[in-house]
Amino acid sequence: MTHDLFLVLAAFLACSVEMVEALTIVLAVGVTRGWRSTIIGTATAFGALAVVIAALGPALSVIPISSLRLFIGTLLLIFGLQWLRKAILRASGFKALHDEDAIFEEERQAALAAERDREGLDWYSFTVSFKGVFLEGLEVAFIVVTFGGAQHNVGLATIGAVAALVVVLAVGLVVHKPLSRVPENTMKFVVGVMLTTFGIFWTGEGAGIEWPGNDAALLGVLAYVLLSSLGLVVVLRRRHERVAARTVVAA
Amino acid sequence: MNFLKAFGRFWYDFIVGDDWRLAIGAVAAITVMYVAAHNDVNAWWLLPVVVPTLLCVSLLHASRPR
Repeated sequence: MTHDLFLVLAAFLACSVEMVEALTIVLAVGVTRGWRSTIIGTATAFGALAVVIAALGPALSVIPISSLRLFIGTLLLIFGLQWLRKAILRASGFKALHDEDAIFEEERQAALAAERDREGLDWYSFTVSFKGVFLEGLEVAFIVVTFGGAQHNVGLATIGAVAALVVVLAVGLVVHKPLSRVPENTMKFVVGVMLTTFGIFWTGEGAGIEWPGNDAALLGVLAYVLLSSLGLVVVLRRRHERVAARTVVAA
Repeated sequence: MNFLKAFGRFWYDFIVGDDWRLAIGAVAAITVMYVAAHNDVNAWWLLPVVVPTLLCVSLLHASRPR
């Protein structure tokens, strides 16, 4: 039950955060150059992502669970550490936070400057929206396939991702501007913690070790990863303040 | 050739990301844990020790003054 809940939550959060970023690109292109080609590009990207999940999901379900968990746990751990690293750097001030308004304006200017096709499909709108949705969505597809695959339940992870997609699309349709108030970095931090936790747990199970307390150890690992990551944020924030103070004194 | 290079680069950036040390360190720790488990040593504590250490090293490296 706990595993299933985490599975849906991780897929939901990862998909929300990536779709907020994709929505910014799609809105900028659609508002500037028209919606027809932008929507076709977006729909094609979703189709391609569905094919990736549909092809890889069932393929993973035939692999023995221990080998699968070792392989997928390793990928999730590496992937989760990268998410966590970026989120901690952003939370401590060493990396700029994602600014959806700035990205929207940048994309809008690029869309205005690009040449327009006189008839038929506007290839600029199609390509930019396809690329934006597909590349942002690929990380979600990866999380859905690996996370779901390791529990032999890709369907449940897909439900989490689709729910997020519906929520982000609905909010995007209502507000009709970039969702700059979404706490993207906090969501990325949480996803990073969850991916790292499951990476550690499943790799251990796949390698053949026995966790103290069996499945209950998952919650312990989660708390441990969360607390140590928050500790690193605090340490790095102090470091950032020291670096900033030194720069002011030197100036 | 350029396509293959770009394809490889994409997957490297996608999986390994900004710091290769995290990937190498994680794979090395998992290998040690696997070997230990197959020699009747239940090294469940290994990853919980190594993961924050790797993260710490990577973050300190990324945040050092340049």
